Order: sequence, then structure tokens, then C-alpha cells
Amino acid sequence: MTTQTLTHRAPALLKDAAVAALLALVLSIPFIGLYTANSDQGQGLAVLSRWHWVGYVVAIVFVGRLLFSLAGDALARRRMRNAGKKPLVSIAMGHTLGRAFIVLALLFAVTLPFMPYSDRYVLDLGMTVLIYIMLAMGLNVTVGLAGLLDLGFVAFYAIGAYTFALMSTVFGLGFWICLPLSGLVAAAFGVLLSLPILRLRGDYLAIVTLGFGEITRIVLLNWQSLTGGPNGVSGIPRPTLFGMSFDRRPPEGLSSFHEVTGIEFSSEHRLMFLYFIILGLVLLASWVVWKLRRLPIGRSWEALREDEIACRSLGINPTASKVSAYATGALLGGFAGCFFAARQGFVSPESFGFIESALILAIVVLGGMGSQVGVVIASLFIVLLPEFAREFADYRMLLFGAAMILIMVWRPGGLLSNREPTLKLSSLKGAGP
Amino acid sequence: MSLLTLKGVRTNYGPIEALRGVDVEVNQGEIVTLIGANGAGKSTLLMTICGQPRPSAGTITYEGRVINDLPPHETAKLGIAQVPEGRRIFPRMTVFENLQLGATLADPQHFETDLAYCLDLFPILKQRRDQRAGTLSGGEQQMLAISRALMGRPRLLLLDEPSLGLAPLIIRRIFDVIADLNRTRGMTILLVEQNAYHALKLAHRAYVLQQGLVVMQGGGKELLANPEVRAAYLEGGAH
Repeated sequence: MTTQTLTHRAPALLKDAAVAALLALVLSIPFIGLYTANSDQGQGLAVLSRWHWVGYVVAIVFVGRLLFSLAGDALARRRMRNAGKKPLVSIAMGHTLGRAFIVLALLFAVTLPFMPYSDRYVLDLGMTVLIYIMLAMGLNVTVGLAGLLDLGFVAFYAIGAYTFALMSTVFGLGFWICLPLSGLVAAAFGVLLSLPILRLRGDYLAIVTLGFGEITRIVLLNWQSLTGGPNGVSGIPRPTLFGMSFDRRPPEGLSSFHEVTGIEFSSEHRLMFLYFIILGLVLLASWVVWKLRRLPIGRSWEALREDEIACRSLGINPTASKVSAYATGALLGGFAGCFFAARQGFVSPESFGFIESALILAIVVLGGMGSQVGVVIASLFIVLLPEFAREFADYRMLLFGAAMILIMVWRPGGLLSNREPTLKLSSLKGAGP
Repeated sequence: MSLLTLKGVRTNYGPIEALRGVDVEVNQGEIVTLIGANGAGKSTLLMTICGQPRPSAGTITYEGRVINDLPPHETAKLGIAQVPEGRRIFPRMTVFENLQLGATLADPQHFETDLAYCLDLFPILKQRRDQRAGTLSGGEQQMLAISRALMGRPRLLLLDEPSLGLAPLIIRRIFDVIADLNRTRGMTILLVEQNAYHALKLAHRAYVLQQGLVVMQGGGKELLANPEVRAAYLEGGAH
């Protein structure tokens, strides 16, 4: 039967591939077929051609498109065959698997710095992953739970980072005081942003939040007197542990970790310390979000995502829900920013471009909107994949994009798209079937 | 005693007048039905009571208090619960979570009793308790929507076309429950319906709305017997 459908579909598939190839031909003539080089006469540029390259491209596109369609067909057929069957992983089993994953991930995260293979590079990468998890957890509150699109989330990250950078360099405040401050300042901006967009949704919301992200970056770039413009802010102090510094020679007034504890000095201790700070922050944040989901405020976020009109008729104030969702998301973004500034010791507007917002959003969508475990998996994926693909040099981002497309085709709802109910009825046991 | 009174209520959508001076009264313990053709302003009337959109003229009085300017979440706090048109349950949440959200405004100490009451009212919901609400059938979703509204312990229940898109047998079941709620719990109900026959049969009083105006009113049975009403809303309709 399979071959029958295939022969039946063959003309359509071939036509589709031919159209794609034609498009590739049209596009590749100017972009690939022609190129410029210094002309032999020594002066100016000459336009040269390499038509055989165009041939390769067209062939690749034709075959690729054909294979892609065939793979899609095969997937659809398999889905149809499996339609009536029980899923491979039952819900209860999924629950246990989820638990097991959380425990294993936690064990791995806590022991990572002590592993023999953990050098500077691994710790640095670990911190980057954790920062993205933190950011994605924040955005997950706004986008995943409350269903409010935010394309400018990086603004809160930037505000958190600059709050710490400026507070420490101008007023000499330390990391631990600035951490809550950064969060609060970012949350205040979250409230500010939420006010003009209360009535907006969908595309309009996307545009306004995108604008907010860009405005923040441009202000940071141009407010020379305060932010130092493109030069950024440098000389941000390192975090201390109960007043102990991790430098070999601590700044005046501070004791140093290796002197107080008697452990031999190693510059890696500072990295380990930073790693545990962000790990602690992430754990705290995930616990808080997990808890919030079970409180009326968290439930009202989810209800808002599901149906705003129904929310109102049940007495839920949508304004309060939206404002609190943006503020909570921004708070977590601010924490992440503060930590980022502390880790780098330097901030500049360059770190807070639109691509960051897009990446964080990609993590949330890829993980499955609203899923906290999904966010962790997707963060690992998004940060680590480009690292592993380093061997492919120039093609690294190409692979990255292709992998994202494949995941979305394979799991359109994200890696973990099954929403976990916040509460199951235990008090009425036996009332069920 | 009058629980809800509308006097000369007008509502506009921009330049379009959806309600053009409507007087409606709902007394404590009554079932009042609004019937009318598509676009007569029935749903607008219910939504105006809830506070979105706001009336441009006239007064809406609830328990002696003018509620013209209250937003929907505030009128809900006064005990006015709306079962919106098209049910509007929370599809990705479980039946139980939907009911829990319905109880947002109620005192938590009543939760268990109210839940047991709702699950008894519609036993099918008991079986579907931990299922996603979006996977329920249309009739079950309507039952859930009504139950969710009841979880908030309302004193006035506004029902917007509960029979929309349901099979005749399910419609009968829903209307039985509505009548039962009124009889056993004394629930005051304002019902908007296209299905004039069923709606008029259980109504104490009824209004006929036409192009934003009340053109006829009277007892439910009385209107049901009225030849004009029969001609306009019942002939060939669902009996």
C-alpha cells in the first residue's frame, strides 16, 4: 500500500521539488553564480562567474526538498498507524521519568564543579547554561504561563546588569545588596512596560515589546554620561562570600578565601563560587515559580492565557494578573542580569541585542510553553549545541537552525508539551470511576 | 424583591446602538428569559450587566446599588456570575482546575461541599475530573461552564445561550438542571436563549428583544401561547 501511495504522490512531490529548485536557481544566480574579485589589470573589481556552483545548489535543493517531503510523508503515515495505539510513555510513567530527570539533573549540576574533567571551559559553559535557564524561567512566566508574548525580554536582563554595574561602580555597593535591587529595578520596569500593553495582544503586543527591548539597548548605548555608551561599564567588583574575596590579594578591607579557610589558592575557586551562586539562584527561582503556579496568582496567569473573558466573569482581575506576570518575569530577568554583570566584571550594550531575546524565546517555545523541566532541557540544547558544533566552524549556526526546525517539526508543541496539572484531587478519593 | 433592575439602558459599539433603552427587571428567586433573533442585543445586554461594554445611558441597579461603572471582575465579586456564550472553559486545564478557578471568589471553606454539589449535579464531570477540559464534548463543556460559575457561589446567574450547538437530549438535561437550581437552591437566573420553546417553558417571566428594544414581556407560559411569539420564534423550531 505504501508503494501505491508513493507512486500516487510522486508527481506532486517531484513538482514541489522542481519549484523549490527553480527558486534556488533564480536566487543563486546573483548570489552565488556571480562574484567579484580584484581584476587582473590591477585596478577596480571585476565580476566573475562560477556557474557550476549554481548547478550544485540547484541539485542539492531539488534532492533535499524531495527527501524532506518523503520524510514528512513517512512521519504522517507512522502517526496514522499509531493513532489507535497506546502511547509509548503513559502519563504516570512520564511523571516518574520527569522526577528521575530532575533528581539526576540536580545531582549532575551540584557535582559538576568537582568533577575531574571540569576545567574553566566547562564551568564557564555551565554558568552560561544556568544564566539562560534563569532567563527562560523568567520569560516562561510571561509567555508560557500568562500567554503574553514578549520579544524584548532582554531589556530586563540589561536593566538588571546595568543596575548592578552602576550601583557598584558609582556607590560602591556589593553584589549581595545589588542582587535584590537589580531584580526590583527590573521588576519596576516590568510594571512600567505592562501598563501600555494591557489592551494589546498578538502581533501588536509583539511589536510593542520588541520596541521596548530596542529602546532599552539604544538608551544604554547613547546615554554616554551614565552608562559609558558603547564602552560599557568595567571594573565591576566580584561577589564575596561572607566578606571573603576570591582574589589572591584581596581588596582593602576584605579577607581572602584561601587565607581564611587555609585551602590553597586556586583561581578556579572563584569560578566554582560563581557557579554555585547562579545554581542557587536558578533553584530558588524554579522553586518559587513552581510554588506560584499552585497559588491563586499563578493559576490566574494560566487562566488568563486560556481565556481572558472567562477570567473576568470569575472575578479575576486581568490587569493585576498581567502586571504581576510581567513583573515576576522581569524580576527573574533582573537577577540573571545582575549575575551576568558580576561574572563578566564588564557590561556593554552589545550583550543585549535582539538575538538574545529571540534565543530566550526560542528556549521557552522549544521546551514547551509553561514547562519548567522543558526550559532546562531546551537551555542545555540551545547553549551546548553550538559548542559541540564548533568543529563545523562556519556551518555551526546553520546546523543550529536546522536542528531547531527539526525539533519543531517533530514536536510542534515543544519538547515537553504536556501541561502538568497544578493539583490533583486527593481529598475526594473514591469519588472517581 | 427586585434583585436586578435595568432602566433605559443603552449600549453602543462605536456608532452602532446595540441596546436602545431597555427596561428589564429580575426578582429574587426568578428565572427570567430573554429571547430574540440574532443581533437583537441579547448577549450585549448580559455583557452590559457584567460591565463590559459599559452602558452609555440608563442605570443598572443590583441589590440597590448602581453598578453601571463596575468592570466585570468587580461585578463578579458582587455575586453576578456569567456563563459566557460559547462556554469559554479553560481548555488546557483539567476539569478540576476549572472548577477550582471558578471558586476564586468563594470562601475556601465551602470548596469541598460546592465541589461535591457540582459533581452530583453533573455526574459525568466526576469521571472527567482529571481530564483536560478541552477534550470534553460540547455538552460536557457546557456542564462544566455552569458548574464553574456555581463554584463562585453567585446570587445571580447569567446564562448566555447554554443550548448553543448541543444535541436535543443534552439541551433537555441542561434546562432540567437550570430549573432544578432555581427550585431547590432558589437561584435567581437570567437566561438568554435562541431555543425559545425550552427557555419560555421554564421561565417565570420573559422578555422579547428586537433590535435593541424590549417589544414584549410577560409570563413564560403566556408568551409561549402568544401567536406572535409563536410565529416569530417557535414555528418549525425545536419542540
